[in-house]
Amino acid sequence: MINPTPKQISILKSILFVLALLPFVRLVAFVFLDRLGANPVEFITRNTGDWTLYFLCITLGVTPLRKLSKWNWLIKLRRMIGLYAFFYATLHFTTFLWFDHFFDVAEMWKDVVKRPFITVGFIAFVLLIPLAVTSTNGMVKRLGGKRWLWIHRLVYLIAPLGILHYFWMKAGKHDFAQPFLFGAIVAALLALRLVWRWQGKRVQQRAAA
Amino acid sequence: TKLAAAANPAYMLIEKKTAYKDATTYNNFYEFGTDKAEPAQNAGTLKTRPWSISIEGEVKKPMTLDIDSLMKLAPMEERVYRLRCVEGWSMVIPWIGYSLSNLIKKAEPTGNAKFIEFVTLEDKKQMPGQRRAVLEWPYVEGLRMDEANHPLALLTFGMYGEVLPNQNGAPVRIIVPWKYGFKSVKSIVKIRFSKEQPKTAWNLAAANEYGFYSNVNPDVDHPRWSQATERRIGEDGIFTKKRKTLMFNGYNEVAPLYAGMDLKKFY
Repeated sequence: MINPTPKQISILKSILFVLALLPFVRLVAFVFLDRLGANPVEFITRNTGDWTLYFLCITLGVTPLRKLSKWNWLIKLRRMIGLYAFFYATLHFTTFLWFDHFFDVAEMWKDVVKRPFITVGFIAFVLLIPLAVTSTNGMVKRLGGKRWLWIHRLVYLIAPLGILHYFWMKAGKHDFAQPFLFGAIVAALLALRLVWRWQGKRVQQRAAA
Repeated sequence: TKLAAAANPAYMLIEKKTAYKDATTYNNFYEFGTDKAEPAQNAGTLKTRPWSISIEGEVKKPMTLDIDSLMKLAPMEERVYRLRCVEGWSMVIPWIGYSLSNLIKKAEPTGNAKFIEFVTLEDKKQMPGQRRAVLEWPYVEGLRMDEANHPLALLTFGMYGEVLPNQNGAPVRIIVPWKYGFKSVKSIVKIRFSKEQPKTAWNLAAANEYGFYSNVNPDVDHPRWSQATERRIGEDGIFTKKRKTLMFNGYNEVAPLYAGMDLKKFY
């Protein structure tokens, strides 16, 4: 079994930090190299949206992978991955507010209220904020593990909302292949949790009997 | 391949033309993939010769015209048109062709002909995107007779002084500049005159989002986004505010076609 030392974990974290930043670095480089294609705003919007979903999926994948591999140390990487999901979601939202609406908050708000796919995306983004805010060790202590856990279970709602947002956006183009793929991955990751919970309960019941 | 045409001074815009590269690498042509970069990558499989168009339905003389005789039907003109996509972006493109009305006259529609239907080629070998049921194939779009006869409606064979690249709808397409781009059918193999309003591809796919008329109209939003503004490809950078969309894409001369019609209802 792989069991890295604290020092190795911190090296691993640094590597992860740089890797997860690469999509953003690429995007910035593309801005300066004029490689965003004919419709730069569309490119940035889609790219940051995609990476938000990727990181949400990876975050949700940590626990199943940890259980299956018995690599418990994986949990130490989860916070950073989750924060990166928030980072890309923030870029995605900023693109919408800045490049699409030019900080015309009234206009933006009209869009949010009027268009369900934007409403859903906006709710998902807002729900991510408390998770990011309470991600520090200090906050975990202050809230207590149980309450903290409840807040962070919001991700089970956020990920499906994010996919619904994507699905609705693609619906106009009648192109469901990618949203279905994301949906299947998230559904599988959530279903695994339900199965484990259910098994855990049965074990407890048997022990009690 | 070069395509000779005389510039028609009635249809020259003072706006800056979209770069050839943008106009030929950023395309919606689902027959070659739903990503906008895909048509340029995949359209090499389309064979544009030999090519013919069949003219059917409510006409006195149903016929099949091969592409070369079709190209000789009327003198080629160059016209610079704004192109507004339903997705909220626009381009300015110098097209080459002649008014569609020339072909309609030749076909001699009967008194029953109220609409015209345009049909794109259907062939999974040449058009790999048709292997996926993204839309009902073949792609069908239509116009009302008076719309099709409007001098602005262009039967199009070229752009930027050359024949159409495959990804832009070679060898022949229409351009209806006062309507959203998806009304301008590409790679046409059939033109059918009919009594009834044709069942069009996007209207079948999502009637609440894509109406039969689909005139460019800043006051009628798409259910999922506003149509009040647009981004001009290649010109409006990420730090530029989007520009206002004009009624009928700025082609007010078509307004009489819709006199007395509620364009919010007939979107």
